[in-house]
Amino acid sequence: MHVLWLVPALPLAGALLLALFGGLMPRRAAGAIGCGAVGLSWVVSLVVAGSFLGAPPAGGAFRQTLFQWIAVDSLRIGMGLYLDPLSLVMISVVCFVGFVIHLYSAEFMFREDGYGRFFCYMNLFVASMLILVLGDNLLSLYLGWEGVGLCSYLLIGFWYLDRANGRAARKAFIVTRIGDTSLAIGLFLIFWRLGTLDIQQAMGSAAALGSLATIAGLLLLGGAVGKSAQIPLQTWLPDAMAGPTPVSALIHAATMVTAGVYLIARTHALYALTPQAMLVVAIVGAATAVYAGFSALTQRDIKRVLAYSTISQIGYMFLALGVGAWWAAIFHFMTHAFFKALLFLSAGIVIQALDEEHDIYRMGGLFGKLPTAAWTFLVGAASLSALPLVTAGFYSKDAILWAAWSSPGGSAALWGAAIVTATLTGLYIFRVFFLVFFGPEGKPVERRPGFLMNLAVVTLAVFSVVGGFVGMPPALGGYNPFGRLLAGVFGAEPATAISTQNLFIGFSALASLAGMGLGWMFFLRLRDWTPALARSRGYEGARRFLLAGWGFDWLYDRLLVRPYVVMTSLNRGDFVDWLFTGLAYATGAGNRFMSATQSGRVRNYATGLLLGAVIVLALLLVR
Amino acid sequence: MYPVASIPTTHVLAVALVLFLLGLLGVLVRRDLIYVLMSLEIMINAAALAFVAAAAKWKQPDGQIMVILILVAAAAEVGVGLSLVLRIYHRFDTVDADQVSSMRG
Amino acid sequence: MNAIGYAACAVAVIGALLAITRRNAIHALLSLIAMLLAVAVIFFVLGAPFISVLQVAIYAGAIMVLFVFVVMMLNLGPPQEREEQRWLGGGIWAVPAVLAAAFLALGYYAVTAVKGAPPSAGMVGPKQVGLALYRDYVLVVELASLLLVAGLVGAFHIAPPTREEPPVEPSHAPAPHTQAEEATHVSGR
Repeated sequence: MHVLWLVPALPLAGALLLALFGGLMPRRAAGAIGCGAVGLSWVVSLVVAGSFLGAPPAGGAFRQTLFQWIAVDSLRIGMGLYLDPLSLVMISVVCFVGFVIHLYSAEFMFREDGYGRFFCYMNLFVASMLILVLGDNLLSLYLGWEGVGLCSYLLIGFWYLDRANGRAARKAFIVTRIGDTSLAIGLFLIFWRLGTLDIQQAMGSAAALGSLATIAGLLLLGGAVGKSAQIPLQTWLPDAMAGPTPVSALIHAATMVTAGVYLIARTHALYALTPQAMLVVAIVGAATAVYAGFSALTQRDIKRVLAYSTISQIGYMFLALGVGAWWAAIFHFMTHAFFKALLFLSAGIVIQALDEEHDIYRMGGLFGKLPTAAWTFLVGAASLSALPLVTAGFYSKDAILWAAWSSPGGSAALWGAAIVTATLTGLYIFRVFFLVFFGPEGKPVERRPGFLMNLAVVTLAVFSVVGGFVGMPPALGGYNPFGRLLAGVFGAEPATAISTQNLFIGFSALASLAGMGLGWMFFLRLRDWTPALARSRGYEGARRFLLAGWGFDWLYDRLLVRPYVVMTSLNRGDFVDWLFTGLAYATGAGNRFMSATQSGRVRNYATGLLLGAVIVLALLLVR
Repeated sequence: MYPVASIPTTHVLAVALVLFLLGLLGVLVRRDLIYVLMSLEIMINAAALAFVAAAAKWKQPDGQIMVILILVAAAAEVGVGLSLVLRIYHRFDTVDADQVSSMRG
Repeated sequence: MNAIGYAACAVAVIGALLAITRRNAIHALLSLIAMLLAVAVIFFVLGAPFISVLQVAIYAGAIMVLFVFVVMMLNLGPPQEREEQRWLGGGIWAVPAVLAAAFLALGYYAVTAVKGAPPSAGMVGPKQVGLALYRDYVLVVELASLLLVAGLVGAFHIAPPTREEPPVEPSHAPAPHTQAEEATHVSGR
């Protein structure tokens, strides 16, 4: 376990190497370094996992202090790594999914300029994410937080020559910055009251916050909302799809956007003290899940559908956190990482095969042409819609649904929202599936995927199926090793009434199947009467509203952007600036005035002399 | 050898002062370079007068020697100054001091 | 003797006043000469006959002659007189007059602070001056001669080149070239 430090260090070294020499080395070398660094990191994480699970350390956690980072007065922050079941799960998922995606992008991005730069940024991202989840104090968490934000910006705007990509990158950065500020204030509050930023110490003494615990919880939630693209800071994620598909897969589906979930899970002791903050978390999650589900129904760009889907699924995770089912949120994070990355990667195969076509209405009939993509997309879609019993998504989503009903923080309203979203999920994802892979033919296939890309999607498809079995609940006869593992962090799961749980499992299965069935009905079988529906009253308005993400962008533009622009244009003659330019102007005026006295005329100079003589005489004589 | 006047030194110095100021006025007011030089001569002469008054008061020859030096200096100055005026006239075709102001600004 | 002295003072002041206010250069020069002669009389009256004679000979004699020569060379005639008239407008006297008045006040205050009895009348003759000059102040003599040489060389060098050269007979050696070439570089006259 002492090799734990290699896990974040290897990708960091890879990034450094590629930053310095990436442009000088051949493509294959850059790809090898990029994939190799993350691959080695994954191997080390397996070793660490084996060592941890085989011989668990005392106290359930392993600490490795690396060095003293900050030592100023009473502020002492070290850089240390903290390994407990939660961070173990996180690094395992990040390294594994990261490695798979790196392999995929080695082939996907092969023809692009800036190949070395791409892998440098990706490695840096993986390193930052690992620092985020492994850090033993909130400040190194924040360091990783900022690092992933930076890499997100760099990678969204990877094709920077198109200005729209730069705008999307800036939008992502600025919106998440708002969240970051909230998080920073939360950190200040914690340090001010508890005197430490070390996570275990802070959580241990969290009760000392008293009534401020709710405020702290809400501030941290603000940061999580920004990074995880929940309401109200979700507007950046659909636009972030401007980046390359592997970036969307890794950063905006599997890992970075789940940083908020990790943050709240890590500080669960704080949240356990404030039911009010937890309720807010749950409501935010549920509302976002419904909102994004509806928005995903109308999108034309395949990646935007997946982006809204991500927002919706993270809403599920927040819902789980909010009702106190911490382990369920992490379980869903893991399965979501598998099937969402899978969906993005197979969508990437389709996009590249059709020569950069993103519009699903221009695709069609691809089932026979791209079999690997089709079957893996099907597996991913099934897992996303929680096809009962055979997919990983079913087990994790069911755990959340059950917790939404039965937890002390849960309620019928939250459960209802989650069920509606489950139906919507099945509907929107199978809409995409049927429109892309069936029906009349759209664009012809130009390219086919190669070995690495196929390997990546097949691997993820396998995990999207089997990954859920570790969390099979006792109600279905499972042992739930996953929940037991995480109980070491969160405390044991409360016992549940098995018959009631089975009933609810039935309900959630029904909802998923209903969603999938509706998708089949609308988009495969009876698609001939859909035009009649499209012409009905109010449909077009509703469609536009949902397409625009319920108008959030429009609202923010009117509410925030335009007043700001007006204010800046008013302050064009910046009055503070005038202090400094005024100084320069006064000096210039002084110069002009004094220059006027240099007339070049001897008479005037002589007058000056006389004036001076008179003054000096006066000073000398008049005592 | 002959009866020397006993004018109070103060009076003579006052006259010297007035002469000096008149010369000074001439320097400040006139634009023609010849007049400026003439006014300078008046000023120099007034200074010489002051020296002689002091010499007469103390009955020392030192003041007169100073006046000799003043005369020498005035002569040299007039020689060089007038040749400068001629040079200026040759170059600018005018003896207006205000025209010779390319050192302005 | 006192009366002659005071009269000479009056003449000197009037002469200076005239000198700085005339339009015609020659008129001003003549007034200046009158002033110089009056100052020479004051010198004599105060018991410095040697200096008074030097004043007449050198100042009024040599230096003013230089002035007259230059004025004649510049050929300042009626056009210049009208110009002078224009220049000597009203407002130009304002600031110098104020400053001069201030100076006068201060100077008067300084001068009248000199206390002491009126000097006993006595002449300092040429013999005394000569002895002092060549005994105590011999270096002054040397310095004065150096100064004069410097003035001479400077005046010669700074003076503008002469205009036309008299034509040379062709049978003789080639015409002197330096001055003629400089003479072609003529500004409009």
